[in-house]
Amino acid sequence: MKYMLLLYSADNAGPEMGSPEQAAEMQAWFAYTEALVSAGALVAGDPLQGTDTATTVRVREGQLSVTDGPFAETKEMLGGYYLIDVPDLDAALEWAAKVPLAPYGSVEVRPLMELPPR
Amino acid sequence: MRDGGGLVADVFVDEWARVVATVARDFGDLELAEDCAQEAFEVATRRWEVEGRPPSPGAWLVTVARRRAIDVLRRDRRFEARLPALARARERAASPSPLVDDRLALLVSCCHPALGVDARVALTLKLVGGLTVTQIARAFVVSPTAMARRLSRARAKIRRATIRIEAPDHDILIGRIAAVRSVIYLIFTQGHTATAATELVRGDLCDEARWLAGLLVELVPGDPENLGLAALIDLTDARRPERMGPDGHLRLLGDHDRSRWNRPMIDSGLALLGRAHAHGCPGPFQLRAAVAALHSTAPSLEATDWGAIVGLYDAMLEGCSDPTGDPDPVLVLNRLVARSRIAPVSEVLVELEALASDGRLDRYPYLHSARAELLLRLGRRREAVRWFGRALELTENPVEAAHLSERIATVGEEPAGPTAEGGAGPDSV
Repeated sequence: MKYMLLLYSADNAGPEMGSPEQAAEMQAWFAYTEALVSAGALVAGDPLQGTDTATTVRVREGQLSVTDGPFAETKEMLGGYYLIDVPDLDAALEWAAKVPLAPYGSVEVRPLMELPPR
Repeated sequence: MRDGGGLVADVFVDEWARVVATVARDFGDLELAEDCAQEAFEVATRRWEVEGRPPSPGAWLVTVARRRAIDVLRRDRRFEARLPALARARERAASPSPLVDDRLALLVSCCHPALGVDARVALTLKLVGGLTVTQIARAFVVSPTAMARRLSRARAKIRRATIRIEAPDHDILIGRIAAVRSVIYLIFTQGHTATAATELVRGDLCDEARWLAGLLVELVPGDPENLGLAALIDLTDARRPERMGPDGHLRLLGDHDRSRWNRPMIDSGLALLGRAHAHGCPGPFQLRAAVAALHSTAPSLEATDWGAIVGLYDAMLEGCSDPTGDPDPVLVLNRLVARSRIAPVSEVLVELEALASDGRLDRYPYLHSARAELLLRLGRRREAVRWFGRALELTENPVEAAHLSERIATVGEEPAGPTAEGGAGPDSV
């Protein structure tokens, strides 16, 4: 079963840029990704640039609209994702709890919809 | 099925959960399990009347339900996709004694933390308890259509998010069993106080909760909190005959005719609590059961060991705080109500006002009615009426509302002075 772990956190949450805590957190991210790889669970995963770099596109009645910013202004923003392949939800939740931002952010776990092969 | 008489109804209560659980685990499909269990009981209804009840009805029902499930899968157009489930089922059928009882696996899955609390309650009553959608809907005062929708959303999440009908590893299982206890207790309190219902006590739900608590004790006898939960339900429910007067009015603990409490049920609760106590590992349910036990064995409200009750609340508060680390305000309130029996009322009132000022219990009617009762005992009737009024605005329970209205009406007439009324928390009534 494939699950998307969507990683959300508030702008000011987590360790400060350039602090020793942040350096330690970077190590934690590398170790976490490495653990996913060695468990054979990692499909993909990346951090995203900040929402200040986001552009939102909509087409309404044939009209293209392109706007600056994320689709919704919320306190917690999507900052990255992991796509994992594990046997069941319990396993996915266990991995979600170990994401380094879990202590200050939120990890939304969403199963992928499996489409029949074409 | 449960309401019907006859040979099948007798085994329904004991075997329904087992049949659903076994088939669900064998085939990894809850809906299939439920449908096939339903059909197995229908077949039994027809056949047993003619052939008599088989020597082991549970095994008979499981065999019929399994066979039925295999038939359904064979006819499925996506048969090939179902082959792994069939292979698994065959393997499982050959090894009929799993480490964890299938019924525990089913209970734990119904109470999975990834499901909403309403969904957990509904699934537990439907899949483990075998209640019909209509029965559950009536108990929770929603339309059968809404309840059916709630159930199908929950089943869809179990299927789409792959929540397994299997018990997790030991460490996780311990936490999940605690979640099961919460659901069972929620079912009991819904039955006991029936927030939005017209009758104060919905006996069916109380009975169901007692049965589930007993099942949990049977499945995990080594956990003293399971015994504590079962004891708490027995000891609280033993007062059911006196919870309401014949006129449908709420009766507070101080007005109960204690000789009409259900003695066998109290004895059963005390025995369960004794077994829990032997483990030497107290927890929240055991402590609450101990409070209920002190009430159940006291000859009257006045002759209750309030000092011991306050001590039990202290012990509960030690282990219970909200996420910010503050003590659970409802426990603090219940402790104060108990303390008002042994400490100067004016002193307790000051503490209660401090609790009220932090705002967390603003919408909790029992805070305001407890405050009113204390004011009344101090002879401050006008203020008491005001807080009874606030409680009345907040309660969703018609029986409690009627009680509060009556209280407001009589307080104006009565001479001031101490009353025999008990405090007001849900634990103390």
